[in-house]
Amino acid sequence: MSVAPVEVDSPRSEEKTTPDKPWVAIVWNDPVNLMSYVTYVLQQVFGYSRRKAERLMLDVHHKGRAVVSAGAREEMEHHVEVLHGYGLWATVRQDT
Amino acid sequence: MSTTEGTGGPELPATGFRAIRGGGAAARFAAAEAALLRGLVSQVAELVGEGLPPDEDGPAAPGPAAAGSTRAPGSTAAPGQTAAPAPGGADAGDAFEKMLGLSDSSELPDDPVLARLLPDAYPDDLAAAGEFRRYTERGLRSAKVAAAMTVLATLPEDGGRVRLSEEEAQVWLRSLNDIRLALGVRLEVTEDREAMLERAERGGPHAAGLWIYDWLTLLQETLVEALW
Repeated sequence: MSVAPVEVDSPRSEEKTTPDKPWVAIVWNDPVNLMSYVTYVLQQVFGYSRRKAERLMLDVHHKGRAVVSAGAREEMEHHVEVLHGYGLWATVRQDT
Repeated sequence: MSTTEGTGGPELPATGFRAIRGGGAAARFAAAEAALLRGLVSQVAELVGEGLPPDEDGPAAPGPAAAGSTRAPGSTAAPGQTAAPAPGGADAGDAFEKMLGLSDSSELPDDPVLARLLPDAYPDDLAAAGEFRRYTERGLRSAKVAAAMTVLATLPEDGGRVRLSEEEAQVWLRSLNDIRLALGVRLEVTEDREAMLERAERGGPHAAGLWIYDWLTLLQETLVEALW
């Protein structure tokens, strides 16, 4: 295995960005994903407590979506990529 | 989202997974169940693996311009395609192929199952969504195909007891979810459980599909519980 730093070419489009606003990863409600599974995935991906993950899951369920993480754009894109791997319906956007 | 509470409809084999000592989970599958699950897993792998771009520099996915290809089933596979092995029960596989509609063209923008399995990361920004897809879709497809292969490798064709390590169980969870998402799109599953059951009671292909969907839900739910 290599220990050299890997340069990750991450997707970005520079226009439309406002530097002082954080980016967010959003999970959307869908009729298939199980409430237990969504909670479990949020725990696995973000290391959240079961209580916090359940609260977010219920937000998704009742409000149709929830911000599950906020921070740098690259980080949020990585989270969304991982969430897609679990089959969650996740998107990225800059906070408004 | 959904829960398994209040599941109506036909009686399900109330088995599913349970936790085992030292982590991981185990379940018992009848031969017919194994054939069914292997068939569905194979179909999802085939669907998701089909559009895998041949190399890093290639286009992320065939665009709508190429959608004229009403590909005959069994036509030449794209280079670099990870071919899914034939499901255990070939007959069962064929029967459910129709149900999932996987023989149709799987051009990304047209197939709602693919659209759900490989969703847009930027719903309101086509350029950013395309860019994200270009960098991530290949890996996502490969991971889903790999997960399906793990299920096929750990689920004997003639059924029996399946004993999964924690790592394998995690992979099974994702694969079961992919199948449920695919089936959910095809069956037009909604959160209105009653309406779905009413529709199923009127018969038609949805009835069998819904029964299978509920069985997969049971498997996934018990697997989550076993891993928690």
